[in-house]
Amino acid sequence: MEPQYLLGNEAIAHGCLEAPIDLACGYPGTPSSEVIDILRVCPGRGYYVEWSVNEKVALENALAAAWCGVRALCTMKHVGLNVAADPLMTSAYTGVTGGLVIMSADDPFAHSSQNEQDSRCYAQFSRIPCLDPASIQEAHDMVRDAFRLSEEFALPVLFRPTTRICHSKGDVVLGDAAKPGRKGEFHRDPRQYVVIPAHTRVLHKKLNEKQPGIKKRLVDLGYNHYQVRGEVAVISGGIAAEYVREVLPDNVSFMKIGAYPIDEEWLSGFVRLHRKVVVVEELAPVIEGAVREVSGTVEVHGKKDGHSPYEGEFSPGLVSGILSSAGISPAVTYPKVTPAPDVPPRPPILCAGCPHRAVFYAMRKIFKDGLYPSDIGCYTLGLQMGAVDTTICMGASITVGSGMKHAGEERDVVATIGDSTFLHTGIQGLLNAVYNGADMTVVILDNRITAMTGHQPNPTTGVTATGDPSPPVSLEAICRACGVSFVETVDPYNLVSLTTALKDAKARPGVKVIIARQACVISARRAGIKRGVFTVDQDVCTDCGLCIQFGCPGIERTGQGVRVTDLCSGCAICTQICPSGAIRKGGKK
Amino acid sequence: MTREKSFDVIIVGIGGQGTILASNILGSACLLERKPVKGAETHGMAQRGGSVESHIRIGGVFGPLIPPGTADLLIGFDLLEARRYAHYLRPEGVMVVNRQLVVPTSVHMAGTPPPTITQVEEALEGFRLCLVDAEALAVQAGSPLTQNVVMMGAASHFLPLGYESLRKAMELQVPAKTVETNIRAFELGRDAGKECGDRITPR
Repeated sequence: MEPQYLLGNEAIAHGCLEAPIDLACGYPGTPSSEVIDILRVCPGRGYYVEWSVNEKVALENALAAAWCGVRALCTMKHVGLNVAADPLMTSAYTGVTGGLVIMSADDPFAHSSQNEQDSRCYAQFSRIPCLDPASIQEAHDMVRDAFRLSEEFALPVLFRPTTRICHSKGDVVLGDAAKPGRKGEFHRDPRQYVVIPAHTRVLHKKLNEKQPGIKKRLVDLGYNHYQVRGEVAVISGGIAAEYVREVLPDNVSFMKIGAYPIDEEWLSGFVRLHRKVVVVEELAPVIEGAVREVSGTVEVHGKKDGHSPYEGEFSPGLVSGILSSAGISPAVTYPKVTPAPDVPPRPPILCAGCPHRAVFYAMRKIFKDGLYPSDIGCYTLGLQMGAVDTTICMGASITVGSGMKHAGEERDVVATIGDSTFLHTGIQGLLNAVYNGADMTVVILDNRITAMTGHQPNPTTGVTATGDPSPPVSLEAICRACGVSFVETVDPYNLVSLTTALKDAKARPGVKVIIARQACVISARRAGIKRGVFTVDQDVCTDCGLCIQFGCPGIERTGQGVRVTDLCSGCAICTQICPSGAIRKGGKK
Repeated sequence: MTREKSFDVIIVGIGGQGTILASNILGSACLLERKPVKGAETHGMAQRGGSVESHIRIGGVFGPLIPPGTADLLIGFDLLEARRYAHYLRPEGVMVVNRQLVVPTSVHMAGTPPPTITQVEEALEGFRLCLVDAEALAVQAGSPLTQNVVMMGAASHFLPLGYESLRKAMELQVPAKTVETNIRAFELGRDAGKECGDRITPR
């Protein structure tokens, strides 16, 4: 087939079609989201696909499917694997009959994440194989092979691309998509699938007995390989191996690890051919640990002796520096350059007309001395408005808020959480807070979509992943069922009703919920909603700057005064903020 | 190992300005000319109106990241973003930049004086610079949304890819109903970049 210029995630999705898969589940998370996004719109799709409400749910769905003998894919980002860690650990014991591939996309440098954890550690922890691609082509080939490997060893396989695989592009040669044709059937076997202690002790032993065979097979598969070229060697894996290839001199040996667990005997054979070995890998010292275990008297350099960092993303320049630091002259060196110091930052920002901005603005007005625990989503950008005090993980805003109150904090607590995040793991926090008598306000920022990761539908949207209509869940009914008696739904574009609801909530004890419902501006624009053009009447404007402080990118200050820009989406919040009534509907854009 | 140097292009702008479409045009043109290509781009939270960068390595066989100080060409959709990423260029590298400046909201909020087009242009004087009035040309082509394609037309004079394949790639990448507007945008950009092409000879 002719090469195509594809995003890593597109190549991965196609690898799944070649396997072929029968079921795909996931929860959106950068950099993993496009895999399901592509699978859900594939024409002629012969497999089941869903956006699940969280990663644990997705994995349990996929695991059951794999028990029924079909091929199942489950996708998430690295922090999502924490949510799915419970079924993950035991899935290694029960094993699978069909292929189960868990894609957990890592994010070195935390480009769009709350931490830099390394999913390879989870594979090691749960004792399942892990495939770690170094290029887009390899990501495509590996994910396809992962299903075969999973069935060969009757184990889930962890597939761990990183941001620079998922979100890089390259010329990729794809194979032909195959037609899914398996029909799942569950064969009852309580000794395999009911993990009571008597069964689990046997299953754990069986899992351990599989390990030597897996290690040998991974070497045979060719994802771990080496070239001996001198008495000094570099061992690398993942995208870092590409940076090494770019700067490695010709007289230095090279080993690339693409699959775990690493066969110790094979690794030892290579290491002991050398005088010195330098290990280059992003994040955790997984390869380095294995190398140090078998190195004997061979000199080993890496993270543990300070030549290589534990954190952040690697690059050709950084890898070149690691090699120099460990005594290898790189074949390529790079100039030392410094960015211009005087360029004002341009961080990501809530869109012009984003309904969340109005909520944060009103919260700050009504709860001047409040505390604002928040959560994971676009709205975390409310940080720039001083309306986000904590962000830990999905669903942690309500729990953090109730924890603050139970600790004795006397200030008002206002937690913010998005609709998708609320359904993901927010509900449990809410029912816990209510039942245990917390005193706080919860604002559900309900824009009916999972916006930050690319507008994936969730159960509030009213359509499934494949676009089939489905009754949207009632957040009001869920909150009431959790025991909340004060549940108010408001339109955040109406500042008066929004602030009234916040004042009402402030005046009452217990857990109060305000659902601020308004479509995401990007969804609204795509749906063709036009709310009109707004302009500033320069004769009326007193240049007080209140609208500028609102922080909307649709308003700017020029030499001639304040101006509404082309970015304006017509939400009209600024007209309600302006004390002199200078911003009005109408005029020319 | 092969050490043929790739031709490294960095496209910078503001989330939403179309850097990904622009990088797709280059990637697609590489396929048409059967050149290997690697690229990296910004997704997720980082693109919400923030500063974005796309790396494209034409003829690239290694990883997608371009080391700072080595890029051959920078295409900037905004003057300030061009300035922010200017250190990616090698000293003889060329910069093709849209002559417009969107002041970051953070500057308005902080109340500090916003940088002016003249100031940023002066700061870029040491570079082999080609300035393009992409907004006016895009409007002339029929849609202000085609500024990214205007810029690709202007940059076509400095790329190791043929005019025919770039134009074909552009037609393949833009939405089908906008092809004609985009062809006009590409050609207007190409005309605008011609003077730069004559003035800034490849080194």
